[in-house]
Amino acid sequence: METIILFAPLVGAIICGFGWRLIGEKAGQVITTAMIFLAAALSWQIFLTFDGETRSIPILDWIVSGTLHSEWAIRLDRMTAIMLVVVNTVSALVHLYSFGYMAHDENWHEGEHYKARFFAYLSFFTFAMLMLVTSDNLVQMFFGWEGVGVASYLLIGFYYRKPSANAAAIKAFVVNRVGDFGFALGIFALYFLTDSIKFDDVFAAAPALAETNLTFLWSEWNAANLIGVLLFIGAMGKSAQLILHTWLPDAMEGPTPVSALIHAATMVTAGVFLVCRMSPLYEYAPQATAFITVLGATTAFFAATVGLVQNDIKRVIAYSTCSQLGYMFVAAGVGVYSVAMFHLFTHAFFKAMLFLGAGSVIHATHHEQDMRNYGGLRKKIPLTFWAMMIGTLAITGVGIPLTHYGFAGFLSKDAVIESAWVGSSYAFWLLVVAACMTSFYSWRLMFMTFYGTSHAHGHDDHGHGHDAHGHDDHHHEPHESPMVMLIPLGVLALGAIFSGMLWYKVFFGEEAAVRNWFGMEAAAHGEAHGETAAADHGTEAAATETHDDSAATEAAPAEGTAVASEEHAAEGEAAADAHGPAGVAPKGALLMLPFTPEEQAVVDTRLDAEKAAKAEHAPTTMINAAHVVPAWVKVSPFIAMLIGFGLAWLFYIKDPSLPRRLATQQRPLYLFLLNKWYFDELYDVVFVRPAKWLGNFLWKKGDGNVIDGSLNGVAMGIIPFFTRLAGRAQSGYLFHYAFAMVMGIVILVTWMTLFGGAK
Amino acid sequence: MTSVPLPVLMPALPEILLAVGAMVLLMIGAFLGEKSTSTITGLAIALLVFVLGLLVVAPPYGTTFGGSFVLDSFARFIKILSVGGSAIAIAMSIGFARAEKFDRFELPILMVLATVGMGIIVSARDMIALYMGVELMSLALYVIAAFNRDNLRSTEAGLKYFVLGALSSGMLLYGASLIYGFTGHVGFAGIAASIKANGAGVGFVFGLVFVLAGLSFKISAVPFHMWTPDVYEGAPTPITAFFAAAPKVAAMGMFLRIVVDGFGPATAQWQQVVVFIAIASMTLGAFAGIGQKNIKRLMAYSSIANMGFALVGLAAGTAKGVEGVILFMTIYLAMTLGAFAVILSLRRKEGMVEDMSELAGLSRTHPAVAWSLAILLFSLIGIPPLAGFYGKFAVFGAAVEQKLWTLAILGIITSAIGAYYYLRLIKIMFFDQPVAAFEPMPMEQKVVLTGSVAFVLLFVVFGNPLIEASARAAKSLF
Repeated sequence: METIILFAPLVGAIICGFGWRLIGEKAGQVITTAMIFLAAALSWQIFLTFDGETRSIPILDWIVSGTLHSEWAIRLDRMTAIMLVVVNTVSALVHLYSFGYMAHDENWHEGEHYKARFFAYLSFFTFAMLMLVTSDNLVQMFFGWEGVGVASYLLIGFYYRKPSANAAAIKAFVVNRVGDFGFALGIFALYFLTDSIKFDDVFAAAPALAETNLTFLWSEWNAANLIGVLLFIGAMGKSAQLILHTWLPDAMEGPTPVSALIHAATMVTAGVFLVCRMSPLYEYAPQATAFITVLGATTAFFAATVGLVQNDIKRVIAYSTCSQLGYMFVAAGVGVYSVAMFHLFTHAFFKAMLFLGAGSVIHATHHEQDMRNYGGLRKKIPLTFWAMMIGTLAITGVGIPLTHYGFAGFLSKDAVIESAWVGSSYAFWLLVVAACMTSFYSWRLMFMTFYGTSHAHGHDDHGHGHDAHGHDDHHHEPHESPMVMLIPLGVLALGAIFSGMLWYKVFFGEEAAVRNWFGMEAAAHGEAHGETAAADHGTEAAATETHDDSAATEAAPAEGTAVASEEHAAEGEAAADAHGPAGVAPKGALLMLPFTPEEQAVVDTRLDAEKAAKAEHAPTTMINAAHVVPAWVKVSPFIAMLIGFGLAWLFYIKDPSLPRRLATQQRPLYLFLLNKWYFDELYDVVFVRPAKWLGNFLWKKGDGNVIDGSLNGVAMGIIPFFTRLAGRAQSGYLFHYAFAMVMGIVILVTWMTLFGGAK
Repeated sequence: MTSVPLPVLMPALPEILLAVGAMVLLMIGAFLGEKSTSTITGLAIALLVFVLGLLVVAPPYGTTFGGSFVLDSFARFIKILSVGGSAIAIAMSIGFARAEKFDRFELPILMVLATVGMGIIVSARDMIALYMGVELMSLALYVIAAFNRDNLRSTEAGLKYFVLGALSSGMLLYGASLIYGFTGHVGFAGIAASIKANGAGVGFVFGLVFVLAGLSFKISAVPFHMWTPDVYEGAPTPITAFFAAAPKVAAMGMFLRIVVDGFGPATAQWQQVVVFIAIASMTLGAFAGIGQKNIKRLMAYSSIANMGFALVGLAAGTAKGVEGVILFMTIYLAMTLGAFAVILSLRRKEGMVEDMSELAGLSRTHPAVAWSLAILLFSLIGIPPLAGFYGKFAVFGAAVEQKLWTLAILGIITSAIGAYYYLRLIKIMFFDQPVAAFEPMPMEQKVVLTGSVAFVLLFVVFGNPLIEASARAAKSLF
């Protein structure tokens, strides 16, 4: 069944991509969509019936070279099950939606075929994404990782006649390469140290890695932290985190269904997935996770600020995505991977819906994307309006405070923020502020688009210069989208409303439930970390020694590791054995260790002491601790949301001149935000221009002058010179010839006499 | 009076057969006159094929004439090549002679006599036998170079060749006498033993240089190559084809035998000479070839460069190197004969043409010929998987194995430079506007060309026995 899920999209992509000339475009579209729906249905079946037991389903031997043995296999655990559902569901709905959205496209001339190509790319993307999430080793994952990169490149540049689309596609590809380089280095380092790329082997070696040092860039690093950071650099690229985020807004050049599928719901979450998948490693890499937390929180804040002032409807949502990804990383960074997955899961629904809704708006207004030209669309496209409304309520986190009833985003985002409070106050405050801004820009979008007076003058007045327009019958009036586009919106709306409430318990409920759901073993924390814990440690230390021996022989790790694990064993009880036995991969999809004593001391000061005392479970793990944070912490995101809503209402309903006045008054700040903190300009100066200059230099001077020049010089100057010389020597005179022979003898004899070694 | 026992003649049987056969043919020709030319040509080919068969099927191995003549597997291999090359060259001259009203029965006979000389030089194991063989071969070659005696260029070429050949013979003799004077031997085994015992003294080294200079003339290695372009251009084309093929291979065989067999203990000394002439030959062959317009002159420089490449293998001084040289020369022989088959068919109603520009548009007028020639040229450049690549690979590989980096790198660079003139020919054939078509290709050229192209193309698949045979041949020298 898993194999069918994995390969159905590929089969669809191949049939549609290569066979559409035979079977026709329509048939190609239908086949790809049917294949994805099949995969989606099977995914849901797995998701709902899965028992949490990790298993591996081998498909074929892939690479066998020396000690590198890589199978092509499906690792089926809770993480995979979640991702299968997310990817296939959104992909299926986007396929369906694209029937309507791509029906007419003015970027193509009459009679040009583009739909089959589009659907084949979408299906290929889905296959690559499935490859990524089902992989059971790092190289296979990297294959999927690059596969989605290629698909993303192809789809961003789908309108290949538009220079801006091509530029965006290249930008996405290049920026991702930077991240991928880090990812690849991480894989190399892991293989170097553990002699394996299989997740199980790597996870088993993680405690040993934490005590191994590695020389990299001329200095010593802790291996676990270094690898954690390197892998996270890969995740930063794919998930558009700060520094490597610049490609995501530009990626909106692609068709809107692509933005929904790839640049909101699935591909960009691959980074979060990677960090969660590698949780058994990150649990031993405290500095790396601290870095992730800080960077995630900063991204969430940064992207939200930029989102405040953008005018392109898709860009607003793109920055919103960027910001929400920051939330997920904060959750992963503070150690509640289940919450990161929770937010990933709910976000996929409501963000896909927002994008598809935006697509519907764009479709309705004949490919107008500037929100300033919208307004008053509520009556004209009511179904889209309601869908967008649900999406907005979900993303801003509307729900009943202090209960578990609310839209999807309410539950997952609040879970993130509560966990952040326990883990890092820096992250907490930035996330709360970001929540306020999220609310503001989301409502701003709603108000500018659907309320107020209509600015939509019909297509012709926009001055966008579309020379060919596909559908003349709707020239001046925005129109509701067809049913194939509205059905996906409806389905996603269900997800946006209920997915949070339905699965709250298993992602962020009682710890036991979460552990059970993810197939993890019960945490090794005592009732009260103290004497009991010490006793636990004692027994585990004994276990550790035996495990270490088996690790040394079975896993045959690289020397460094072996040494490290011996040291580890020697240290015995003194070592921080609370972190589980070495040599065996932890059970389940995730690893979430209890706090160390030092962490616990910090955490205790942040909790609501009263609640903590009354709680059923001692707050020795992040999930338990996050449940007993002070009430004001729990309410703060809701309040932030209200403030954001109020401000948006004030700005765009009550007094629509206010934004302009504020912008004028705070012009530098406004420009700073409007220009996205000048990141693109900065990169242009720091990287792009020097690279261009270097390229130009190497091309014109290096290649043109030096290489071509010397080659031309040799080929057209020196060689003809010698050729003429040789021609002149061949004079035809006998005495010249004889002279040459005699000269030859003279030279040889002289040489041999002087240097020839004759005695 | 002691009776001198008659030497065992069996090892020299091929040469004896050829020599006696040549006399008989000469008698037939003398009595029948000019009209017997085609008969004699046919008989000469038959004779050569018979000897070839003898060498292939039942080679009478052995040493005779007091150790100065040997038939070992090395000599056998080279003789097969040179006898075969001669037979093909004679066959290739039939159509030409008829069309040019150039049929004299002496030509095949002289070629057979030259082949006798070739047989002797590859078997010679002392200086006297060597010199005799060289002169036997050369005298025949001097005559046939000037064979078209009504043609000014042909006679000039013959005369130049004769004078310079005499000079080189003088060098060879002088060197041999120096060696005899300083080692006290003329036999290769004795010379080697003496060097081993006494070391290579200055006198010997002088002798060595002169001998090698004399031999280099025969393989047209720089700077003893000057005759080559003029003779190639001046001589009638079938004779040029003959010059380029069999004598080159035989002379290279002689070169190999004398340096390995006779001067083996002085490898460090002769290696330097070989390196020098190898580099000079490759470089000059590559550079001077670029300036040529006449296709026969081009082939002259091509052969000079190729001799340079072959010497690269010899410079290694190892069995592997000798094996590489043998293989290289085999492949060179096949490619050269094929190329001359094309050159020999460049005939219009008004006569032969030799200018490269006349090949323009050959791909449209005679596509099969153009493609065949292109394949041969690519092989000469050394592009895998054609045979020429493996020849070059073998010699350069042997040099690299002996850490002669400079030599190997120079070889590759000059190879690349030399590629220019081969590629230019291809460009002329395939991209230039066609000029008038040629007469249809004669049958014998078609056969030779087809065989040559097949060899070049199929070597990659079926070349292994050949490689093994050349390895065996090389081993018999050491």
